[in-house]
Amino acid sequence: MKISDIFEETYFSLMSNKVRTGLTMLGIVIGIGSVIGMVSIGQGAQGNIESRIQSIGSNLILIMPGAQRGVGMEVSSGRGSAQTLTLDDASAIASSVSGVEAVAPEISRRYQVTAAGTNTNVSVVGTVSSYPQVRNVAIDQGSFITDQSVQDFSKVAVLGPSARDDLFGTGAQAIGQMIKINKVDFKVVGITQAKGGNGFGSQDDMIFVPLTSAQRYLEGDTYVTTISVQAQSQNVMSDVQQQITSLLLERHHISDPTLADFNVLNQSDIVAAASSVTSTFTILLGAIAGISLLVGGIGIMNMMLTTVTERTREIGLRKAVGAKSKDINVQFLTESVALTFMGGVFGFILGWVLAFLVTQFAGITTQISLSSVILAFVVSAGIGIVFGYYPAKRAASLNPIEALRYE
Amino acid sequence: MIECLDIVKIYKNGDVETPVLKNVSFKINDGEFVAIMGPSGSGKSTLMHILGALDTPTSGVYKLDDQDVSKLSDDQLANIRKNKIGFVFQSFNLLSRATVIRNVSLPLIYSEVPKEERIKKAKQSLVLAGLPENRWEHLSNQLSGGQMQRVAIARALVNDPSIILADEPTGNLDTKTGEVVLATFQELNNKNHHTIVLITHELYVAQHADRIIHIQDGLIIKDEKNQNKRIVNNDLN
Repeated sequence: MKISDIFEETYFSLMSNKVRTGLTMLGIVIGIGSVIGMVSIGQGAQGNIESRIQSIGSNLILIMPGAQRGVGMEVSSGRGSAQTLTLDDASAIASSVSGVEAVAPEISRRYQVTAAGTNTNVSVVGTVSSYPQVRNVAIDQGSFITDQSVQDFSKVAVLGPSARDDLFGTGAQAIGQMIKINKVDFKVVGITQAKGGNGFGSQDDMIFVPLTSAQRYLEGDTYVTTISVQAQSQNVMSDVQQQITSLLLERHHISDPTLADFNVLNQSDIVAAASSVTSTFTILLGAIAGISLLVGGIGIMNMMLTTVTERTREIGLRKAVGAKSKDINVQFLTESVALTFMGGVFGFILGWVLAFLVTQFAGITTQISLSSVILAFVVSAGIGIVFGYYPAKRAASLNPIEALRYE
Repeated sequence: MIECLDIVKIYKNGDVETPVLKNVSFKINDGEFVAIMGPSGSGKSTLMHILGALDTPTSGVYKLDDQDVSKLSDDQLANIRKNKIGFVFQSFNLLSRATVIRNVSLPLIYSEVPKEERIKKAKQSLVLAGLPENRWEHLSNQLSGGQMQRVAIARALVNDPSIILADEPTGNLDTKTGEVVLATFQELNNKNHHTIVLITHELYVAQHADRIIHIQDGLIIKDEKNQNKRIVNNDLN
């Protein structure tokens, strides 16, 4: 039997009962559509989270305070409680660790901030001039904190766009205005560019002041809460991380690394951790959608078995006029694969529309990757073979004499 | 040419053996029009299945055009049916949602005949079977019983077979339409010298053939030339 004839026979069989063909295909359409739609949501979330993490800086290493322990004491006061990181640690890192591009120590805490008649609770970050470079912050108006203002303990502030909107009104001119942080007057000298993102930890909802001013006027202390280090390249990151750890252990006179009073975090570790969460999420969504695909496949098998029974006499006739078992087998298998493959095509369109609608109306980023499309087609054709195999085999094994007699 | 020598067919159902054909031998020459006649249960259907290469005998030799068909595999039997045999069934067995042309050309797809040639051959067969041309593009379920059987005859002719096996071809038709179908067979036999084997339980139908083989309880009880052949005037249709 020629391939063109097989396709023609398949076309005639599927077209001879359009409603049933359509309904059977619907199972696969919904299955493939939901797999593509769901996985696109998962992959969109993954891409979104990764780009957010990338946006906090490139080749970033963060040094955070760890748990403080007194000598010979068993009581831990909890992570992040140590107040042992200092500006000197930051300078030491900058001067003696190789492969470091820039270092930005910071001290941050939330304060109630007031301007003319308005007030807001916002994170105030005391930092130095290298902060924008390390943490990917761009200046929209005015300038960032300069080395001079750090040296001079200047009472100047740079506002994030959200903080500016809250204090002065959306898009208002704020440069030159005064704000009060913890009852101390600061003069606004710059506005950072919006980075997007929302909720906790958004860099738009921050106020930046010189590190020294924050320590003297706000904290009354000399420790820093985070040291951000930018490595020169991706390749040297783990080496830099290693050097920083040894340097700080030495400076803090700690011999046992497990008792370190600081944590050194690598940006790629954070990305990896977040990715593993989102890929689990993607797999979960895909698996749920996969169940509907399985149900669709069983629908195909059910329909094909019904068809074989219904067309028993036709099968008998085909065998009587010279069809071999193989011809019958191929014909029925082609029918089921054609059904699932077309289901896959329509399912892809459905999944694409679903992803589009989710992005439009729910505001969730979606991403349809080539791999999920290829997977959908391979899976749909595979389902046709798997669930069409048994009915086709049954059709092929019919005895022509019995089949012709079948009522 | 058909040669059957000591054909025995025994059906086994568990331990129970049912002999259906006990010892059947006969010969049918090319161009003959033979009726195989017997009551139901006589074994005539089983004999037709063996003659049509749908089944093989338990023992004995069946030669079709000097080729021994009695010990072939399923796929080899399918090839014999494809090239040498045309079937006409009592219940027509047409594909109901397909056109007449597609029904007639169906056997040729298994011989991998190109599409244009299939249509050409199908049209030639339809002319031989006497179906009016204005019916050729109809769906087969839009035809009358007699027309359906003519389509089935055309389908049996399309691969230019050595024998045409007709199993109760008039069983589902009224007497008058049945006559038309039998007339078609007579004409194919007279003009085109096709070998036709007609299986029936009715003497009246069998009398349209030139020779009648009577079969009963799995044995041939009489094999004779038909003395009072009924000639149908083909103008009836």
